[in-house]
Amino acid sequence: MTVNLGTMSDKSGRAVGPVLDIDGLKVTFATDSGDVEAVRDVSLDVKPGEVLAIVGESGSGKTVTAKTILGLLPETATQSGTVVIRGHDVVSVTPAAMRQIRGRDVAMVFQEPSTALNPVFTVGWQIAEGIRAHSAHGHRVSAKEARKRAVDALRKVGIPDPEVRVNYYPHQFSGGQKQRVVIAAALALNPGLIVADEPTTALDVTVQAEILQLLRDLRDQYGTSIVLITHNMGVVADLADRVVVMYQGDVVEEASARTLFAEPREDYTKRLLAAVPHLGRQSASEGVTKRLHQDGKVLVEAKNLTIEYPGRLGRPGFRAVDDVNFTLSEREVFGLVGESGSGKTTIGRAIAGLNRVTGGSLKVLGYEMLNFKERTFRPLRKDIGFVFQDPAASFNPHLSIGECVAEPIVIHEKASPAETRRRVGALLESVQLPSSFAARFPHELSGGQRQRASLARALALNPRLLIADEPTSALDVSVQAKVLELFRDIQEEFGFAALFISHDLAVVDMLSHWVGVLYKGKLVEQGIGSHVMGAPQHDYTRRLIASLPVPDPAEQALRRAEHRALLGT
Amino acid sequence: MSTSELHASRGPILGRLPVVSHLRKSVGLQRGMLVAGVILTGFFLLATALAPLLAPYGYSQLSDNSGSFPTQQAPSAKHLLGTTVGGYDVLSRVLWGSQTAVTVIVVSVAMSLFLGVALGLLSGYFGGWLDRIMVVIADAIYAFPSLLLAIVMSIVISRGQSSFWGGILACSFAITVVFVPQYFRVIRAETIRLKAEPFVESAKVVGASSLRIMGRHIFTNATRTLPLMFTLNASEAILTLAGLGFLGFGIEPSSASEWGFDLNKALSDASSGIWWTGVFPGLAIVLTVLGLTLVGESINDLNDPRLRGRRRAGTKQLKAGKA
Amino acid sequence: MTSLIEVPEAKPGAVTPKSKAAPGGGLGRYLVVRFFLIIPTIFILVTLVFFMMRVIGDPITAAQGGRLPPDVLAQRIHDAGYDRPILVQYAEYLGQLATGNFGTTITDRRPVVDMLATFGTATLELSINALVVALAVGIPLGLIAAQRRDKGQDAVLRCFAILCYATPVFFSGLLLKLVFSAWLGWLPVAGRTSTRTELTMQGLAAPSGIYWLDALRSGNMAALGDIAAHAVLPAIALGLLTAGVFLRLVRTNVIGTLGKDYIEAGRSRGVSEFRLLTRHAYKPALIPIITVMGLQIALMLGGAVLTETTFEWKGLGYQLVQYLNARDFVAVQGIVVLLAVIVAVTNFVVDVVAALIDPRVRY
Repeated sequence: MTVNLGTMSDKSGRAVGPVLDIDGLKVTFATDSGDVEAVRDVSLDVKPGEVLAIVGESGSGKTVTAKTILGLLPETATQSGTVVIRGHDVVSVTPAAMRQIRGRDVAMVFQEPSTALNPVFTVGWQIAEGIRAHSAHGHRVSAKEARKRAVDALRKVGIPDPEVRVNYYPHQFSGGQKQRVVIAAALALNPGLIVADEPTTALDVTVQAEILQLLRDLRDQYGTSIVLITHNMGVVADLADRVVVMYQGDVVEEASARTLFAEPREDYTKRLLAAVPHLGRQSASEGVTKRLHQDGKVLVEAKNLTIEYPGRLGRPGFRAVDDVNFTLSEREVFGLVGESGSGKTTIGRAIAGLNRVTGGSLKVLGYEMLNFKERTFRPLRKDIGFVFQDPAASFNPHLSIGECVAEPIVIHEKASPAETRRRVGALLESVQLPSSFAARFPHELSGGQRQRASLARALALNPRLLIADEPTSALDVSVQAKVLELFRDIQEEFGFAALFISHDLAVVDMLSHWVGVLYKGKLVEQGIGSHVMGAPQHDYTRRLIASLPVPDPAEQALRRAEHRALLGT
Repeated sequence: MSTSELHASRGPILGRLPVVSHLRKSVGLQRGMLVAGVILTGFFLLATALAPLLAPYGYSQLSDNSGSFPTQQAPSAKHLLGTTVGGYDVLSRVLWGSQTAVTVIVVSVAMSLFLGVALGLLSGYFGGWLDRIMVVIADAIYAFPSLLLAIVMSIVISRGQSSFWGGILACSFAITVVFVPQYFRVIRAETIRLKAEPFVESAKVVGASSLRIMGRHIFTNATRTLPLMFTLNASEAILTLAGLGFLGFGIEPSSASEWGFDLNKALSDASSGIWWTGVFPGLAIVLTVLGLTLVGESINDLNDPRLRGRRRAGTKQLKAGKA
Repeated sequence: MTSLIEVPEAKPGAVTPKSKAAPGGGLGRYLVVRFFLIIPTIFILVTLVFFMMRVIGDPITAAQGGRLPPDVLAQRIHDAGYDRPILVQYAEYLGQLATGNFGTTITDRRPVVDMLATFGTATLELSINALVVALAVGIPLGLIAAQRRDKGQDAVLRCFAILCYATPVFFSGLLLKLVFSAWLGWLPVAGRTSTRTELTMQGLAAPSGIYWLDALRSGNMAALGDIAAHAVLPAIALGLLTAGVFLRLVRTNVIGTLGKDYIEAGRSRGVSEFRLLTRHAYKPALIPIITVMGLQIALMLGGAVLTETTFEWKGLGYQLVQYLNARDFVAVQGIVVLLAVIVAVTNFVVDVVAALIDPRVRY
């Protein structure tokens, strides 16, 4: 998509010096367990028209740094150092001056567009609020003028019919359009700098590609500088000119994007980059020409599977899964990939008896799930393991890890307490956790450790089938890499069949022998992983793969040029 | 409250007790409110326990060795807070009244807790038509003025007679009917929320029975709001009891001392400027409810990360936190 | 008393606009569904009240038992049809209610509908006065408390709110009477008007029953002053009780919305804190506030019974206590059913208002 070229305010008067200059920034938060230094010592600058990415895993202090730029830290924070935007130090200015800086000199794009827009006001009103908060040439902007400028801003970000849409409420836009509206609001006063905090994390990969293109166009055509906060190395490779890597509140490394990806200097950066899944590398089905494990028994068989959620108050229901056919055999890893709302999770849950099948047939271990009864299905449950997406939420906070992992054993086998304890210890060790962790409570473990424990629980009864629903999407990349590796090793060791559900093509490709692509409830394509990723047949799969940014700026630039037509940008 | 918030309550057993743990994580004004509430509630409980020792006379005593008490007498050495229009000693009535209040609180809250939690768990977990019917009934009762319901109930139960236990039970039952829907709603909503939590689903997936899921996974997590509800309902119970007494549907003065009844009798005194008969029982109600509500509000705030106040960074450490 | 503190997750009402507002549903459908939900609510309460009353026995024995010879009593019970099976009586009662016939009181033999009309307006007037006090005090103070959260003003306001709630209306009424009537002598002790004004009001043609409205319409300023003087103390006593709840409600909800991303987004565009509070945070907070306020109407009606008794304000609540003491259960039943209808209808109206504010329901 191209951005309409409007007449821009003259920017030639601006100094050539940095738009943003952070020097010796330190931020400390008060928490229940004492003070926490979120940012220890950060210095960086952003030049006009530059995209600077700040990358890091959770707890690196990247978001806190972003909020500091706009003076949006909560009252529990104390800060020192300087953050200079166009001659104003936002650490020390008065609140009134800060208010003038916000929106005029620097604006922000948020992670979650659906919460960053006020649900009870029209988008036009919300954009106009920012415009009217700043006086132009000494007098207050009229409501009419502000509205006109809101329409202009919406047009700039590619919202069709901006004159009409300006009166829409946020819920009338799709997720990607909402993010465009948030960007329009940030652009309303033509600030020289935009801080984008994980601007595409909440979005599907195809929408992400559009938003990244929009941000790139803004930079190219209006010379807007962008501070891009992200954990996604693909996004960095796609958009950033220069990269600052943060780790536990400190800047670890700073380099141009190409240099950083090509020859990282610091160990941390090297490890981080090595952990990022790269589509086409490490494929589990590399060189495979025939579907694997077809000699074994078929464990799951879906024939014209349909799952509908009932509509409220007699409205038609929502068809989450529509006429899907597939099989999953012993020892096979089936990767199910799709964007949000594609029905991938619904299928996984239906196999585990958590969702009702409403049409067609779904046979799990020989049991017909259409009209299933919990009582008759229960004996089969010991052969099915399930790993949930959020490791924090999938453990009862009141029970110890040992008690949680032991639960399947206690329910299905009358083992003695000593025997149970021994087996729990062995299970924990098989997922590379010390057996002493059995006595700990879930909150005492890190995310990666919890997900290992979750895997241990799923494997407690040595199941024939394992369903993993986005098991690594709540984890940092470096942790994700370790969990994926563990998953791969254990699958080979235990030999269970697995349904691996993920939105991340690269992750699915790393683990799965056979891959199915879901789109709006339909299984549009299935095949050997490396074939699907390398030579997609269906248009949607092609678009999906083209949208996925690879963590390599040079390769990504080529891909982008290649896929321009396909993505319609 | 997110699950991660729950974890904060893990620690040594003393530190996990509701009010104690809240006291530890409170700061500044919030701590002040909680402490004030605890002190007021402490006074109330102390008065209840020591009423037989502290009260100079019995609750229905109208005379002593030196003859009948005077009526409507201003505070004096013999009657520190004066006497009522009926000739009761105000101080004794106020102290004995705390016993009545505590008995009613304990009986009514215990009954409604048991019923409400059990119904809420079952209704929320199993859903279906039974759930729908229960919700409609609970909502209807919930929406109705609870005092009116209590009046009607107390008449139905006691039919006008009021011995000590008869009156206490009538009031407690009446209050229970009002409270059960509240407990039901809260526990049901919690159960429905928890039912969709991955840790409950993972119990389901490993084949745990409904009974096991409800008992081991949902119950322990759903009841986290109960300390809060207990304090709030205790104060509501006092207000409802006093309301019943004030309107004349409570406990007879000869059976027990009850603040609301005394206030009713004091109403006409107020018009003629006699203040001591009404002000003291009234203050007793206000301070008791104030104490309980302060405790409840503080617990509520401290449970809710959005509402919880925190120190500013850089100020001196109040207490070394656990890592 | 309805809870002062909304316990987490205990959202009132069986149906909230948001939960039922699937895309493409539309407001009209929501309104229709919500309207029909009134019926089961009223039906359940009517049933509950009917059977609870009958547990005690038939109304005639309850009211006049012991005062009449047994054979006369039996005859009266038979004439009134109270010796028939309870279910027949119940069906008949429902039929009568459907046609607007509430029966006749036993003690003073008035049609219940007349009684309700006479005393209902007095209660309505008291409720309106108190609601004005509650809104005028509760909302601004709640906004201030939310803005100055955890600061001194907030602590003072919250303690004020709890104090309002902790003080039973008959005690605050007693204190007000003591200070303003007995000691200062500024305001009348009790009643809705003085006797002279009362007579004037009753002499009016086609009165609305709301005294200040009638006085305004007839231009009788002396009567208006008298009515206002009588209205002040009851309105404050009942209004402050509710004001405490409103204050707390506004504070909690506005603090909740102040923590939302869209407030930070507004702030990041340079919108002032005052405007963020009064527009950006207040309007989304208003939806839950209004819904819960509907439930507070029930609290107010309960409080009205106590207020009316305290101030001898001859409304439904005052009359209810009289009839209860006389064991006139036909009258009691009539009043309780009317209150149930008022509560159900108010909650409906409140949900509709909340739906109108929320654009997610409107479209």
